[in-house]
Amino acid sequence: MNMLSLIIKREFLTKVRNKSFIVMTLLGPILILGMSLLIGFLSNMNAGEVKHIGIHDASSIFVSKFESNKEVKYINLSAMPLEQAKDTATKTMKALLYIPKVADLNDLNEKLEYISDDSPSMETIMEVENVINTEITHQNLEKMGLNVADIDKAKGNASLKLSKFSGEDSLKGINEIKIAIGSVFGYLIMMFIIIYGNFVMRSVIEEKTSRIIEIIISSVKPYQLMMGKIIGNSLAGILQFFIWGICGAILFFGVNYFFGVQPNSVDPEMIQTAQNEFGSQISLYLTEILKFPLATLLISFVIYFIGGYFLYSSMYAAIGAAVDSETDSQQFLMPIIMPLMLGVYVGFFTVINDPHGTVATVFSFIPFTSPIVMLMRIPFGVPLWQIVLSMALLMGTFFLVVWFASKIYRIGVLSYGKKPTWKELYKWLKY
Amino acid sequence: MDAILEVKDVVKTYGDYTALNSVSLQIPRGCIFGLLGPNGAGKTSLIRIINQITLPNSGQILLDGETLSPKHVIDIGYMPEERGLYKTMKVGEQALYLAQLKGLSKEEAKKQLKYWFEKLHIESWWDKKIQELSKGMAQKIQFVVTVLHQPKLLILDEPFSGFDPVNANLIKDEILELNRKGTTIIFSTHRMESVEEMCDHIALIHKSNKLIEGKVQDVKIAHRTHAYEVGILSSNVERLMVDLTQKFQVGQTDFKSLNDELKLEIQLDGKMPNELLNVLTQNGQVTHFVEKVPSINDIFIKTVSTN
Repeated sequence: MNMLSLIIKREFLTKVRNKSFIVMTLLGPILILGMSLLIGFLSNMNAGEVKHIGIHDASSIFVSKFESNKEVKYINLSAMPLEQAKDTATKTMKALLYIPKVADLNDLNEKLEYISDDSPSMETIMEVENVINTEITHQNLEKMGLNVADIDKAKGNASLKLSKFSGEDSLKGINEIKIAIGSVFGYLIMMFIIIYGNFVMRSVIEEKTSRIIEIIISSVKPYQLMMGKIIGNSLAGILQFFIWGICGAILFFGVNYFFGVQPNSVDPEMIQTAQNEFGSQISLYLTEILKFPLATLLISFVIYFIGGYFLYSSMYAAIGAAVDSETDSQQFLMPIIMPLMLGVYVGFFTVINDPHGTVATVFSFIPFTSPIVMLMRIPFGVPLWQIVLSMALLMGTFFLVVWFASKIYRIGVLSYGKKPTWKELYKWLKY
Repeated sequence: MDAILEVKDVVKTYGDYTALNSVSLQIPRGCIFGLLGPNGAGKTSLIRIINQITLPNSGQILLDGETLSPKHVIDIGYMPEERGLYKTMKVGEQALYLAQLKGLSKEEAKKQLKYWFEKLHIESWWDKKIQELSKGMAQKIQFVVTVLHQPKLLILDEPFSGFDPVNANLIKDEILELNRKGTTIIFSTHRMESVEEMCDHIALIHKSNKLIEGKVQDVKIAHRTHAYEVGILSSNVERLMVDLTQKFQVGQTDFKSLNDELKLEIQLDGKMPNELLNVLTQNGQVTHFVEKVPSINDIFIKTVSTN
């Protein structure tokens, strides 16, 4: 039997039989689901709290314009003197809004006071300012002898309908979903590279500290052992994905079936009427998701996952070979994690603003960030040549890095004792 | 001489450091070869090159007259000084895996494993993990794993370290039996008594150079000092000493004996033993007359300290 496949088999079985793997595979989705539910619950809990804001409006022009809602309750304290209002507000309310009486409403600028011990959220400030400014505008318009109702009527109310050159309709808000899906995939890749890269590293360190390495590499080439380790672990990772994918698909089609979506046959009128119904809204988005370049996305995901994982895990293997224990590895891990983090941040900040901008495009070609950045871009539609070029660069770099890594690995697995320096690692490359 | 392994002018450097400086060795087929040398002499470097773990900078290794190549992996069994097995893997599974890596088929590996497990009475360990075994037990497994694929050449680095005397003896007997069946064995060790006991050829490597190589007998002859240990019961010690010192170099020595005799170490200085005997018998009763044969240990220490 081929040595490489023997090693792959052992690495795969060792990983898959490991209790922590089984637990992670089963608990992973539950944990992720639980986390999202918890986050949702926590943000809802915050939203459920009603803020009380007192208003002392000396002129009584504005107070009636503030409408309480379920988040903010406005209380009119204009009847009492300012000092008393302040007193009352400190004791029972979040804040006091003080609107002084002025001859000309335009003089109000900088005279309005929001008195509170905590700084208000942007949302609150904007809302308060908005109410007051609208009223000032109204009053000004009336002073000029214009009819407010007419002006409201005259206001334009156009909104963009999004579509593509291919003629398909797009849904507003679908960009957010694209971002979400791209981010999830990009993030998954990063997490997997870090987690499985660490598995590879730990497995190398284990062989090194248990000293079996010398027996193994008297039978096979260090390169074979390293590749077997990387491939075996990646297969375990793919298996884990596969299991999660099946769970996800069952969930997806379950939801789909529940809300009754017919893929690719959405009636535009139905979109209009369904807009307000929650269930139909979901079905609408699910339909849109089905229109994503799903096949491209999934295939790219697998390729970028494997490419990115191979690239990074060969570096992890080299580090594992260079050190004697996991604690020594920190110094060398930094340069590995940096580009991964960079990929995620570029993805989150640049791709979201401009998926096809220069920064996003360049980073989706650089092999160390491309698995993450390109995946985030793909939902927005990326030309095929870009994907192919980026994958080719990734694979090319992978072979280069593996070549370097195996040189370090070859020397490192037999070097015990002191932690090597960067300079020594460089020297090993030349042996 | 029919050599199973020939090392020709092997040079190995690590950066600026030279681990092996043009070392050549011939390891005769069927012998037990002791590879000696102080720590850091280059023994492990040489062994790793023979095992194709590392490549020499220059030089050649021939196994059975062929340049060493990956196909020879199955011909060599190697037990490194630093023992190691997968701690969390089951004994049987692990041994099978390692044997398959050597190139054995699964069936053949199973058959051999069964043979060895029965021979060493360790069948019940098959499903145990290495971490559940004691150090000595793990060592036995290590030995089995090393010899499982019936290599022609067995390289054992400090084979007896970690064994208690009973198990060390057991393993020694197994090694000798393998040797009788035709396996060539290379020992790398510091334990000179086992070299003395088992090896028929030795080589001494010191500071990256080979200093001594050959049959144990020949090496000893080359290092003989022509000194004799003599015990004599003499009534006239003064005359004896005068007679002796005229012809020989005489010194004091000590050895175990039942008599209360004079114990001397006498250097022949190119004369024949009988001449010495003549002088001795003229002056008293000879109770002890033995040539001082240098031990491997003496040769080792002398060679290493003078170089």
